[in-house]
Amino acid sequence: MPKVKIDGFEVEVPDGTTILNAARMIGGDIVPPAMCYYSTLKGSGGKCRTCLVKVTKGSEKDPRPMPKLVASCQTMVMDGMEVANITSDEVINARKGVVEFLLINHPLDCPICDQAGECHLQDLAFDHGAASTRYEFERRTFERIDIGPYIKLHMTRCILCYRCVFTAQQLTPERVHGVVGRGDHAEISTFIEKAIDNDFSGNVIDVCPVGALTDRTFRFKSRVWFLNPMEAHRDCEKCSGKAVVWMYGKEIFRVTARKDQYGEVHEFICNTCRFEKKAPGDWVVEGPRNIERNSVISQNHYLAATTVR
Amino acid sequence: MQLTNRSKNVVNKKMSFAERIYLVAIAKGMWITLKHFFRKNNTYNYPDTQRTYAPVYRGWHVLKRDANGAERCTACGLCAVACPAEAITMTAAERERGEEKLYREEKYAAVYEINMLRCIFCGLCEEACPKEAIFLTDRIVPSDYVRQGFIFGKDMLVEGVEPEKRVDVSVRQKHIQEKKQAAAAAQ
Repeated sequence: MPKVKIDGFEVEVPDGTTILNAARMIGGDIVPPAMCYYSTLKGSGGKCRTCLVKVTKGSEKDPRPMPKLVASCQTMVMDGMEVANITSDEVINARKGVVEFLLINHPLDCPICDQAGECHLQDLAFDHGAASTRYEFERRTFERIDIGPYIKLHMTRCILCYRCVFTAQQLTPERVHGVVGRGDHAEISTFIEKAIDNDFSGNVIDVCPVGALTDRTFRFKSRVWFLNPMEAHRDCEKCSGKAVVWMYGKEIFRVTARKDQYGEVHEFICNTCRFEKKAPGDWVVEGPRNIERNSVISQNHYLAATTVR
Repeated sequence: MQLTNRSKNVVNKKMSFAERIYLVAIAKGMWITLKHFFRKNNTYNYPDTQRTYAPVYRGWHVLKRDANGAERCTACGLCAVACPAEAITMTAAERERGEEKLYREEKYAAVYEINMLRCIFCGLCEEACPKEAIFLTDRIVPSDYVRQGFIFGKDMLVEGVEPEKRVDVSVRQKHIQEKKQAAAAAQ
């Protein structure tokens, strides 16, 4: 069992744990942000570079520091390793640079985007980004695409984290959804814009850290901070049936899977639950969901349950 | 504990004859009344004469259009969430093909209502607005007989397309920008 020290906090973790997961075991501010790593998706991570950390001591046997910043979601811990995340100015500066790169082609149309208020890129830019951009050129734009009757793809907002591709690969039997092109030309696409008709395709909306994949049945219906997220369940033969219903009064505006504090879904829900069951009688509401106190979702209307779960 | 010397102890003693006929008290009171005839008037005969307002007065809101006449508001909901009185409600809709001249962004407010009875004219909505769409102007909210008349929809809020129907908010806009810059500099 290797012991690792992250920002001065020591933790003992099983073999083969990544630095990011070791940091999550400690919890708190020292957890590096992650835009592409998703614990429930195999092979995810290593693409966005927001989780970069500095390894100040390689291990007990070889105490030399690692020469460059490493992606904490991909680097395994070693015994005696010492890692600096928020205590290192180098990491903070590098992360600021990464945010600037992620925002180069991002349209910043948050007032329009349905993801606003629960967007990881928004949080990341708020925490680490600069208030203005240095980019002077025309931003990369795409036409909006309807992927099937339920999902809308705004390629312009995409940061190419590949999470949706892994979701499509791992939750659906045949691959219909992938990344086409390379480098600056890379884009998420279904082959020949073929509609995804699979029972679990709706989960690409939940795994998307930005507003690139959004729910067409919820499109422009409301803003997340006007709705009350409630934990609810129903009997479903295809999935666990455990979900979050976003309510305005007695009306259900949308249904999402339950996300943990890192925005990750552990029990994916099916399309029937997500898109078709929106009558109040369809769900057994358990109670209000815990929302972080400083989240915009808890603004003005959400007095109870304001602690981090 | 006595904080001011304005309170006076009430005494229930019997009044003298001079006090009981009240002539002195009446004369005193009339003198005060007479003095007020020759004082400068504190009130204005509205609407014949109107007082001057501060250039940054906060009154009736306006929803601005851009230079091409398209509505700036995208129904992002930030004004509603910033509103301490919860006076603003809105419903968004998607812009159809061919409506590009009416609405600037792909989403617009199909319904936008401000309850003028709830509004406290604090100006937080215009500070929250990312699109510079809503501004408070120096116009006074008109009176009405029924409560329903104070729920202002888009017909009362959006300015006209014609140049003469546009509402000038340049002074207020400059004031908000200075305020935001000062806040940014303070951080």
